[in-house]
Amino acid sequence: MRPVSEWHAAVQVENVTKRFGSTLALDDVSLSVEPGGVLALLGPNGAGKTTLIRILTTLLRPDSGRATVAGLDVGREATAIRSLIGLAGQFASVDELLTGRENLELVGLLYHLDRAVYRRRAQDALVRMTLTGAGDKPVKTYSGGMRRRLDLAASLIGRPPIVFLDEPTTGLDPRTRNDLWQFIEELVGEGTTVLLTTQYMDEAEHLADRIVVLDTGRVVADGTADQLKDQLGGDVLEIRVTNGGDLERAAALVAPFGSAPPRLNVDLKEVSLAVKGTAKVLIAAGRALDDDGIALDDLGIRRPSLDDVFLSLTGHETISDGHADSGEVGGGSDE
Amino acid sequence: MSDLAMQRLSGEIASMTPGLAIRDFMGITKRNLLRIIRTPQLLVMSVVQPAIILLLFRYVLGGAIHVPGVDYVNYVVPGIFLEAVLIGGMTTSLALAQDLQAGMIDRFRSLPMARSAFLAGRALADLCRSVLALFFIIALGLLVGFRFENTLGACLAGIGLIILFGWAFIWVYAAVGLAVKDPQTAQLAAILPMFILFFASSALVPVATMPGWLQPFARNQPASVVIDSVRALFEGGPLSPALWQAIAWCVGIFVVFFVVSLDLYRKAEA
Repeated sequence: MRPVSEWHAAVQVENVTKRFGSTLALDDVSLSVEPGGVLALLGPNGAGKTTLIRILTTLLRPDSGRATVAGLDVGREATAIRSLIGLAGQFASVDELLTGRENLELVGLLYHLDRAVYRRRAQDALVRMTLTGAGDKPVKTYSGGMRRRLDLAASLIGRPPIVFLDEPTTGLDPRTRNDLWQFIEELVGEGTTVLLTTQYMDEAEHLADRIVVLDTGRVVADGTADQLKDQLGGDVLEIRVTNGGDLERAAALVAPFGSAPPRLNVDLKEVSLAVKGTAKVLIAAGRALDDDGIALDDLGIRRPSLDDVFLSLTGHETISDGHADSGEVGGGSDE
Repeated sequence: MSDLAMQRLSGEIASMTPGLAIRDFMGITKRNLLRIIRTPQLLVMSVVQPAIILLLFRYVLGGAIHVPGVDYVNYVVPGIFLEAVLIGGMTTSLALAQDLQAGMIDRFRSLPMARSAFLAGRALADLCRSVLALFFIIALGLLVGFRFENTLGACLAGIGLIILFGWAFIWVYAAVGLAVKDPQTAQLAAILPMFILFFASSALVPVATMPGWLQPFARNQPASVVIDSVRALFEGGPLSPALWQAIAWCVGIFVVFFVVSLDLYRKAEA
């Protein structure tokens, strides 16, 4: 056993900066993941999430700063780190011409497992990922969801104590996404430390016990979902008007009650507004709208979502739940 | 839960041994051989291309080319053998660029495997394909009138030298594939060393028939040095330049481009 006295975090990032040409991909990023924890790196495309994952999985060297995985330095002790980590990428990196089983067994061999062990684990993984029927077919015949599951299974074949998942569910249909979520939860139950990246608020909220929000290479927030919501301060007033034409007028009427300008959603005929002092505001807003004769379908107060938090932190929106029904990007439907 | 996680995190880390590195190398070689077997059309093309060049120079152009003191078929066919292994190596550039783009290299680089095993496994599998293509072309050469005139030992040494040359150039192609990164560009870029080394050499016509400014390069570049040695080993006669020069070129190219490729692989980014 390696001594654990000098380190306490499974992943520790201190003031890491990485530049590609004139682009600052990571700007003085610091974060840590405790052993057994699940950290979600949340941010839009280009926020620097993948760059940070590549640094932590020893694929890329930081320009400055320090990063350790299980107390090992990503620069000096890269080889040792590689036997402790699993990496599942956004673009499923499995060999198209090999079968699912051959892919798993090759990765098992390269983790230096005994032949009997990797053969058994490959079989177990195919069963667990419900790929038994496709296990001996070439991966090029797989759907996007099947590839993603195989990629994840391959990254876990060495039973690594730390797993990095780069956008594990991007482009997947809702059912496959739920299966993967469940699987990731099982991993965490077995004591695996997970660092995942996502563009989706609901995913971060569902899986992670800690969320770090990245925007253009900088950490703009770090905490639990609840802490991030508290940062926003207060709640959200939501109004849905019956006639879309009333939307602007309704927004103008309630704007004085808000702590920030109202947001309009034309498609849903909704106005949402960050407010403080729940009940009073609700009654006053309802009265103002009623006095003006605006017909409402809904009026209420809710806790802020991570979308609201992201908007207030970065000034621009991230992708919301819309991905769930957008279907698959990387292939046909599942199975 | 955190105790369990801590316990898992503080486990022993196995170190790399030569035995494990060889096991990695065999595993990667097997992967690439499976890929070659499962794309038979590529395998066929790597035979068809040199076969066409062979027939072209034997029957279409060969009649107009006169090499003093030797039957042209015995002059040109060993040159085509060399071309067969050069063509075979071109697929190395393409395959590595594809692995880079598909994220396979990221996967392999994040594993605790030996770094050199990934490239060596690629090179050995591609060499197997080249050797297979070489045997087809030897058979075709014999069919169109080429004859081995020297002792069996000398002829086998000549074939061995061609394979050694193929091995060395696979590493040139590996460096090209990892440097250009894009599969289409890799395919085009890989043609360059082939064209320069194969056509501006003694493979197809004697160097003495070339313009004076080209002769120093054409006579001393590695493909010519190797092909002259191979011809002497197949047909008898003095080894000029000496065999050690041909071997030195192959070993030198291999060592330099092995180091370059490994460095490119370490820093690889799609």
